[in-house]
Amino acid sequence: MGEPAIRVEGLSKQYRITHGVERARYRTLRETLVSTVTAPFRKRATTEEFWALKDVSFEVQPGEVVGIIGRNGAGKSTLLKILSRITKPTAGRVELNGRVGSLLEVGTGFHPELTGRENVYLNGSILGMSRAEVKKKFDEIVAFAEVEKFLDTPVKRYSSGMYVRLAFAVAAHLEPEILIVDEVLAVGDAGFQKKCLGKMSDLAVSGRTILFVSHQMSAVQALCSHAVHMDRGLVKDFGPRERIIAAYLASAGRTATGGEWVELERGSRSPLDRAWIEGVRIGCDQPEAGGQLYPNCPAFFDLRVRARQEVKPAYLAVSFIDRFDNRLFAVNSNRCRSHLALQPGENVFRFRVDQLHLNPGSFTVGLWLADDKVVLDSVNCPVQFAVSEYLPNPGDWTHAVDGHTAGFFQVRRYESEPSDTTAGTDVEPEQS
Amino acid sequence: MNAPAAPPAHTPTHRTVIEPDRGWQLVNVRELWKYRELLFFLVWRDVKVRYKQAVLGVAWSVLQPAMLMVVFTVFFARLGGLSGGDTPYPLFVLSGLIAWTFFAAAVGQAANSVVGSERLITKIYFPRLGVPFAAVGAAAFDFAIALGLLAALMVWYGHPPSWQIVFAPLAFIVILIAATGLGTLLAALTVRYRDFRYVTPFLIQVGMYVTPTVYMLVPENPSPALQTWMTVNPLVAPIATFRSSILGGPIPWLELGISALLAVGLLTIGCLYFKKTEDSFADVI
Repeated sequence: MGEPAIRVEGLSKQYRITHGVERARYRTLRETLVSTVTAPFRKRATTEEFWALKDVSFEVQPGEVVGIIGRNGAGKSTLLKILSRITKPTAGRVELNGRVGSLLEVGTGFHPELTGRENVYLNGSILGMSRAEVKKKFDEIVAFAEVEKFLDTPVKRYSSGMYVRLAFAVAAHLEPEILIVDEVLAVGDAGFQKKCLGKMSDLAVSGRTILFVSHQMSAVQALCSHAVHMDRGLVKDFGPRERIIAAYLASAGRTATGGEWVELERGSRSPLDRAWIEGVRIGCDQPEAGGQLYPNCPAFFDLRVRARQEVKPAYLAVSFIDRFDNRLFAVNSNRCRSHLALQPGENVFRFRVDQLHLNPGSFTVGLWLADDKVVLDSVNCPVQFAVSEYLPNPGDWTHAVDGHTAGFFQVRRYESEPSDTTAGTDVEPEQS
Repeated sequence: MNAPAAPPAHTPTHRTVIEPDRGWQLVNVRELWKYRELLFFLVWRDVKVRYKQAVLGVAWSVLQPAMLMVVFTVFFARLGGLSGGDTPYPLFVLSGLIAWTFFAAAVGQAANSVVGSERLITKIYFPRLGVPFAAVGAAAFDFAIALGLLAALMVWYGHPPSWQIVFAPLAFIVILIAATGLGTLLAALTVRYRDFRYVTPFLIQVGMYVTPTVYMLVPENPSPALQTWMTVNPLVAPIATFRSSILGGPIPWLELGISALLAVGLLTIGCLYFKKTEDSFADVI
């Protein structure tokens, strides 16, 4: 291959965090004057150096679609900001070969008082399109956004959906050789999201180089050929998407198996001091399961909560997340109308699921603890668990099909119309 | 509707290199020129939005100097005994006020422009200098409309324009350069020190009184100190020139030349300081 489209060499970005009086990032003149005068008489303010990026290097070839993944605070946004020339690096060098379009937010520069038509031109020129270019693509943009009827209405009267559609449409018709996109797909309704993804794959197919930050592993999986895994400002790994996604998900959590307690470190999160989730245990109490989880079989999720004082009422929630980071469903003790209370010391709670509607695969759980006012703890380093292949049970009508959730149903033959009373009344977990 | 986009050119001609901040740097005029359409759209947006939100719309750009003219005529001319020489005082003061109002609006709007464009600056790259420049452009639009008021008043008083009117653009350009320079400097300072949001209006208010050519005929032989001040203040001569070129009267060429140099100096300082600090705007704002 010839020259890479993007070459990042030893890129670092340092932020200084000053501890003490100065809280805002900007200063006031008074502070500057006062600190200049008093500087010789006091100890230097303690400034902490924080490296948002540290010696990041990678290359992207023309036509590659690369996803950047990593936890919050891994440096993804800082990297995009430097590549978009919004902020300068502290050290290192970036070379971009081609016209760059960057899309860190949908609708940058949209003005609520201006009409849809006016905003298309304004936004287009902000994104780097010439007036002639916008004019040429105007009809296409409007058709994509489906706002033909409201072109001469100020966008402040638009619904949020229309607003976002128009904004994305302008950006999607920008035709740069290198496109830098932040999580903009997390907007709009499901239908429009699909359309956006479609447009992005069109761009990818047409040979554009795309750099794409996302938390949605499903989007990275669908769009990207390669991925960069970032962690605390460093590039942890760079390569084909399958390997990187798998490694990222594996590193994101710890695996719980065989009904053993998984201890959760407090260091990685900052729960309030009153109570926190100490450990989680996942298992199945059916003897023949041997602690494994199986589709449509009973399962339990135990949470061990430590409290410094009594917390009453307390609410606990467990959410189930697939390996592409889609939240499948959540159960919340609040919604089940169970009033829990925490006693000082150790408290163990059990969530019991009669039928685990999950197909074989690997999942994670997110955990959450609150009282009636504030969230006390929220576990962001989720615990992974596996659902094994089906437990053979010839009596049931189950079948592993595609999808994440498993169904359990019975099929009966009726002589005439089935009566309404046969409908089950099981409480289903709510979809999130 | 969803036709695949045309493939990009295979030989990318654009190459962008991003490197750490190198301290003082010159204004990249070529880049600014490349983004001239954006500059135009930003001016157009400012003008459009202002008049959409206001009930009186465009009338505002006329109303402000007109009201000031009435106040000055009643209190300074009738009660204070100020005179415009051979020219009727309302005409005299309006010509000065229009030029001053342009300067004040340009500086005031430019000073707040960067802080006001926070969303834009933290989300997208474009030459940041375009923001204060566009604010000055929007003020120039108001100035053009206010000129209509002056023309109407000249017809009312039956005061024909002088042949020297060809020099009026010269005076305007000097004021424009001074306003852009000061506005750009204040814009960068406002990002760093939010105090300037209070400093700027105060500076502008004081500015009018220390620029006597706005509202009075400067006496023939001022004291040396006053003379020095009027040479150093880069607005005194251009405003006098602006008036004389339209209504007739002597043009202070030497002072105008000095003012032009000072204005260019102000623009240079403003742009250099702006360029030095602009890289940290997104981190600080």
